[in-house]
Amino acid sequence: MNGDRMQLDVTVNGQARSVQVLPMARLLDVLREELQLPGTKEGCGEGECGACSVIMDGKLVNSCLVPAVQAQGAELLTIEGLARDGELSGLQRAFVACNGAQCGFCTPGMVLASVDLLRRCAHPTETEIREGLAGNICRCTGYVKIIDAVQAAAAGRERP
Amino acid sequence: MTTEGIGISVPRKEGRGKLTGKAQYVADQVWPGRIYGVTVRSKVAHGRILAIRFGEGIPWDEFTIVTAKDIAAQGWCNRVESIEPDQPFLAEEFINHAEEPILLLAHADRHLLERARRAVTVEVEELPAVLDLDEALACVQAVGGRRNLFKEIRIELGDPGEIWSQAAHVVEGTYHTGAQEQLYIETNGMSAEVAGDGVTVRGSLQCPYYVHTALTQLFHLPGDRVRVLQMDTGGAFGGKEDYPSIIAGHAAMLAWKAGRPVTIVYDREEDMACTTKRHPSRSRLRTAFDASGRLLAMESDFVLDAGAYTTLSPVVLSRGAIHALGPYRCPHVRIHARAVATNSPPNGAFRGFGAPQSLFAMERHMDIAAARMGLDPVQLRRRNLLKLGDLMATGQRVAEDLDLEGLMDRALADLGYQEKLVAFAQHNAGPGPVKKGVGFSVFMHGCGFTGSGELHLASVTGARTLADGRVEVLAASTEMGQGKETVFTQIVSEALGVPSELVAMAGVDTREVPNSGPTVASRSTMVVGKLVQDAALGLKEMLIQGGFLREPYDPAGFRAAVRKAHAQSGAMTCFAEYQQPAGLVWDDKTYQGDAYPTFAWACYAVEVSVDTVTWEVKVEDFVARQEVGRVINPVLAAGQVEGGVTQGLGWALWEKVETAQGRMINNQMTNYIVATAQDLPRIRVYFEENNPYVLGPGGAKGLGELPMDGPAPAVLGAIQNALGLLDLREVPVTPERLLEAVEAHHERG
Amino acid sequence: MRGNVPDCTVKVPGSLAEALATLAQEPGRWRPLAGGTDLMVPFAAGRLADTHFLSLQRLDALRAIEPDDEGITFGALVTYTDLRRHPYVQRHLPNLVQSAKVTGAVAIQNRGTLGGNLVNGSPAADTPPSLLAYGAQVELAGTGGARWVPYEAFHTGYKQTVLAQEELLTRIRVARPAPGFHFYRKVGTRAAQAVAKVCLALYARVEDGVVRDCRIGLGSVAPVPLRARSVEAVLLDRALDALPLSEARAALMADISPIDDIRSTARYRRIVAGNVLVQALTELATSLNGCS
Repeated sequence: MNGDRMQLDVTVNGQARSVQVLPMARLLDVLREELQLPGTKEGCGEGECGACSVIMDGKLVNSCLVPAVQAQGAELLTIEGLARDGELSGLQRAFVACNGAQCGFCTPGMVLASVDLLRRCAHPTETEIREGLAGNICRCTGYVKIIDAVQAAAAGRERP
Repeated sequence: MTTEGIGISVPRKEGRGKLTGKAQYVADQVWPGRIYGVTVRSKVAHGRILAIRFGEGIPWDEFTIVTAKDIAAQGWCNRVESIEPDQPFLAEEFINHAEEPILLLAHADRHLLERARRAVTVEVEELPAVLDLDEALACVQAVGGRRNLFKEIRIELGDPGEIWSQAAHVVEGTYHTGAQEQLYIETNGMSAEVAGDGVTVRGSLQCPYYVHTALTQLFHLPGDRVRVLQMDTGGAFGGKEDYPSIIAGHAAMLAWKAGRPVTIVYDREEDMACTTKRHPSRSRLRTAFDASGRLLAMESDFVLDAGAYTTLSPVVLSRGAIHALGPYRCPHVRIHARAVATNSPPNGAFRGFGAPQSLFAMERHMDIAAARMGLDPVQLRRRNLLKLGDLMATGQRVAEDLDLEGLMDRALADLGYQEKLVAFAQHNAGPGPVKKGVGFSVFMHGCGFTGSGELHLASVTGARTLADGRVEVLAASTEMGQGKETVFTQIVSEALGVPSELVAMAGVDTREVPNSGPTVASRSTMVVGKLVQDAALGLKEMLIQGGFLREPYDPAGFRAAVRKAHAQSGAMTCFAEYQQPAGLVWDDKTYQGDAYPTFAWACYAVEVSVDTVTWEVKVEDFVARQEVGRVINPVLAAGQVEGGVTQGLGWALWEKVETAQGRMINNQMTNYIVATAQDLPRIRVYFEENNPYVLGPGGAKGLGELPMDGPAPAVLGAIQNALGLLDLREVPVTPERLLEAVEAHHERG
Repeated sequence: MRGNVPDCTVKVPGSLAEALATLAQEPGRWRPLAGGTDLMVPFAAGRLADTHFLSLQRLDALRAIEPDDEGITFGALVTYTDLRRHPYVQRHLPNLVQSAKVTGAVAIQNRGTLGGNLVNGSPAADTPPSLLAYGAQVELAGTGGARWVPYEAFHTGYKQTVLAQEELLTRIRVARPAPGFHFYRKVGTRAAQAVAKVCLALYARVEDGVVRDCRIGLGSVAPVPLRARSVEAVLLDRALDALPLSEARAALMADISPIDDIRSTARYRRIVAGNVLVQALTELATSLNGCS
């Protein structure tokens, strides 16, 4: 029926969650509002900037392009799910130490894209890093220190 | 002593929030009772509003609506003043640019709000729009300002006299630069609430006191009844210098009328089409050289397209005009600069602020002049680069013992420029489709406000004790990615000899921090950082005078002293006020004197490859070498250069603003092209600290905007080197434009 | 976000039969929704009039990739990531790997589907030229049965296809090409996340130094993705060491009709399409008897 909400059952950051959503609501908005996880950002609303990137069922996706109905039953990882008990992950620490985040707005998506990359390729070359992050636009850094951070994290370090 | 002082790459204080998703940007704030606002805008570039109609099928009585008539009815002031009070918050009878705000709507339901926005029809009598610079200059139709000029500046040095007719070489050229969109990844947004005691706004902004002033003027409120707070800000680059005042006014008016808090967040399409951009420019240069390539005279006709209202254009023009001569010695100078009114959305601040435009022209001109005169472009620079004691265009004497030739040589060596010139000449003679080239630029950026600007700002910072023994820094500078909190902390850490945990940063809240001026003009480290240092040192003195602290002390001792002082008499605060450096003299009327307290200097060098199958230009290597006095935090400083260079490369190669009927039509990120990680090499950054600025903290000069000035002319020089003699005089050089230039070149034979 | 979210209804059929039944009952009412990477953009911008969507997410049968002795069949919901990672595709259909690789970036490749891409019908899409070069076929299914259509006949005009309102594109089949020469190049506005300004895919089979089969697919130079038939005709039965480059370029001009648009100009597209063709043919000429 028009305008009817549906029950969306997902696992977010390891937690089972159930929310009422409109089926064509964007997963991005569901995350930010119903699920109260505003860490994932809207930068463009057109799937170009990657600020909205999350990992859904093990794959990096632009959450602004996923209608809620298609997230039914999905396992989701957002920026809020990376730190454990307040301890930043190695990748997050590398981003801080390498200055991989300036204004921070692209950062959640960029970090998720980095997580996805390192899961697929534990020791990526610089070319592979650039390809893995090509869908995440950063306006502040010129990507140099983001790449430093990913390389550091891949090598188990914080600093470049 | 401290291990976290000046010169150390201390990890960012602000880092954790940004890495965990806990940073609070304006769209993240959950606010019970808050409703949303949207703006209905003009579809035409120029017209007269006849009527506003509210369409069928919308429960209009549920909406809060604000028009210019409401502003008048409330007795508010419908003007946003940056420099002149000509821009309305909402259009009154006339529309002067496309996307001009006409009315505001607010409602709790964002979907209904969007339907309502579409259901408003503004009946307009369309009028002819002036969108062309020459048409505006001819002033057949008035757009704004005086004879369509918002500002006119003449900078004169010496007297060229007979030089034009007698010089060995006279070279002329016209150069164009396009508009550029700041494209901060977080779009503009503000939230406002109006309570009994006044107006509070919070949002994405660079200059809390600009917004504060705008709201006091809008509502005729005293300063203490307006409060502005900066939330985490996802990039700005100048694009959130003046525009937030408009959004704040809009949100506040809606909040006032609705009796509920209002949030306005622009989506990307609206932000790109409606908010300020870098001013498009045209420079007509004429230079006279002697037989050895020494500059004898220089003439510039520098024109900026300001758009429909004054906003910041006079200041952008000022910086552009002052930088027009570049880093060169020239005894006779005539710079004529004009900011022209057109029926376009007003242009505004974007990193560099006029200097990239005029420096592009001069550096391109020098490369082209070198080629015309049969001189090596490096040699041409050697003949003319400024030295200690030389006069700049405004008559300012270079007060630093500069070694610009050395800087240039080192940058070129970093790139391997000379070797590559030889190697590429050989490579390019071969049959392959990819041609390679190298180019460079030498340039400077005046740090801080122009001329008497800092005097007028009269910035104030504070340092105060906290109950827990820490020192809190009070300044209105906004963190927007550059690492302001970390840098200020390092400065205080160094000044007081305490670790960073003992330094706190007050949130940017006009109720809490004094007006230390806007976060612009590459002034935050050099000017405000210095004031922060002064305030901290002053607080230390107060603690000593008060008997709480004795030197020498260790961090624990310092902390105890602060705790004690605070416990005894409450917060102890020391304020520091800006003092104009002695000997700095500037005349706003003649545009002569010391334009800036100091300059940062740079040489950037680049290697490109041009694919002659597609005419795409790839940046293979980039060297950015700059003299900046003192680097407070090397990693953060490098980050500023890397980011700024990337924006400069975008301006040079990919970022084209397409317009039709006075509005941007490629206002989506799919069609406005900025670099992805696959489009760039590593930017190699080198700092020199040979000329510390005595009045900067630790000797630091300003750095934030310098990187924007160099890439474009260097890249075009490299393309020219790769392809043979091509007079490329416009940015961006898209592949389409490069193809046209190549064909034109072949036609000329 | 300007999309009309509250007024939308989504059906999520559990089987292809169910999906086709819905389309048959109310033709034109239900917009099939695959990965969303095309449709969600205009939807979120408030530029999509549809309010009824048929989400294909549960049709797992359409995610299959099935190689056999003669070729390979892709379900319509195969994503670009699936495509570029598949060993058969990597081995025998390198142009498809290339086109998948240059589509958007990782996140788009994970969600975008082959079927969605073809049905969207953009002449600037990255994969159609490769499918044209490989002589693909597409299966269109309705409640009455399924029909196979040569992909080169699928697009009839700008964003128009032969897909009927009651049909779904269900499978794409590519016969395994004989060992030969493969070339693919997309000229975009940047290295990733770019819409093509010119796109060319070529497959050629060479026997004893002579071109015996040649198929060229083009994108962004006409209202539809198309075969460069005039060029193919010029190249057929020509020796590698005597490929008529100028004639081929001239023939290309006859096949294409590029326009000025927000991304590029007709002139640029014409010249660069010619250049890319010459590049492809030069590589073909210097290849080892047509092996790339």
